[in-house]
Amino acid sequence: MSRLLEGVIEAFRLILAFDPALIEIVLLSLRVSITAIIISTLIGVPLGALLGLRSERKTRLINKIVFTFMGMPPVVAGLIVYLVLSRQGPLGVLGILYTPSAMIIAQVFLAAPIVTGLTMVGIRAKGSEVEETARSLGANPALAAWTVIKEARYALLGAIVSGFSRVVAEVGAVMIVGGNIEGRTRVMTTAITLETRKGNFELAIGLGIILLLLAFIVNSILYNIQKGGKNG
Amino acid sequence: MANTNNTLLEMQQVKKIYDREVLRVDQLVLKKGCIYGVIGPSGAGKSTLLRIINLLTPPSEGVVFYEGNPVPSNKQDQLKLQRRMAMVFQKTLLFRDSVWNNVAYGLKARGFSKEETKQRVDHLLEQVGLSEYSTRRADTLSGGEAQRVAITRAVAFEPDLLLLDEPTANLDPSNIEQIEKMITTMAQDRDITIVMVTHNIFQARRIADQVIFINQGKIIEMGPTEKIFSNPLEESTRHFIEGRMVY
Repeated sequence: MSRLLEGVIEAFRLILAFDPALIEIVLLSLRVSITAIIISTLIGVPLGALLGLRSERKTRLINKIVFTFMGMPPVVAGLIVYLVLSRQGPLGVLGILYTPSAMIIAQVFLAAPIVTGLTMVGIRAKGSEVEETARSLGANPALAAWTVIKEARYALLGAIVSGFSRVVAEVGAVMIVGGNIEGRTRVMTTAITLETRKGNFELAIGLGIILLLLAFIVNSILYNIQKGGKNG
Repeated sequence: MANTNNTLLEMQQVKKIYDREVLRVDQLVLKKGCIYGVIGPSGAGKSTLLRIINLLTPPSEGVVFYEGNPVPSNKQDQLKLQRRMAMVFQKTLLFRDSVWNNVAYGLKARGFSKEETKQRVDHLLEQVGLSEYSTRRADTLSGGEAQRVAITRAVAFEPDLLLLDEPTANLDPSNIEQIEKMITTMAQDRDITIVMVTHNIFQARRIADQVIFINQGKIIEMGPTEKIFSNPLEESTRHFIEGRMVY
């Protein structure tokens, strides 16, 4: 128990002292995950909107595939990206394995299906009613589609936040494709794993606290978005 | 096709078939400036009729003419035609925005300038007594207020044809009265043709010039309101307006 308490005290000291090693890891984590979620949003929102606006009967198989990918284990995503980017892989020539770029690609694999799937569900919930109302008021197809997306904005924001929440906390995929190289590809989750193995609990707990804080912030945003959605 | 200058819409041999035939209209002529009350039991095909008129649902067979011209097959021309109509659905859907922006939606969709949109929306909101709601979020309105905004939004761009699907369903008598007044005033002031589906036969009698009785997907009878109510030709019409069960 005293070990844990000492760890927590030391962790707070590291955080408050803006320990350079800790700050570097946090910043890289945020850079990788934020980039991944931006790319996932650019892919997932239009795709989800397209699927959500089509009848479920016509997109049944695609829906099942998207939902399956939503639950993809991070290590599997990591393995796929590793095989594609490794020297013998189809994109091995790019030479980006064990770089933040590879980690971003792996996280996109995890987040894009979540953003797509939740966008699709959000749009499907009221999409056809909104689209018909817009069309009955003279909207052309592009304006009608934009109106549907605008009306589903709370669901869309929820989808994006959920995607971010998933990737920032995952360890398997970034460990495989990033390699947890100090100063290059070490992020919060992989650092926690490593420091715990080394018995260096202070840094691990410090990163754990930051990760929890981040989870709290993200979930607070999600909570407020959902509350905003219910209130209109 | 017997078209006169006074005819806005005509349907000929129109059928809508899903897994079964849900609507069959051998002939229907709507005159300009009239209020039509469409009555009939649930599932009779009333809403399908409105959706076909509004081009939201294409007919399986038959032709619909607007001012003597058949509905164009070209999507762009269809949109032009659709922009001459407006529909208010049974389940009111206002966008998550202010009342003002909701009313302005159809004008913006048609590319009206900012100044003209503002002028029209402000004037219309004042006319229908909704000025004080202008900046209110539409989703904070009561059912009656929301329906009044939905109707105001539908007439903002001055359509030739207004389609109302059960506009007063689930509203209290005071709201029903206000909406009925809105509908009749608009028909008089703006010379809009109105087709209103209602399950409330008394409402149809109060505000419609002509009544269309639909049952089991077919127009059973159509004629001037007082004639239909005082001297219906068909037995099923008589049963329906007497409040008896009609299947």
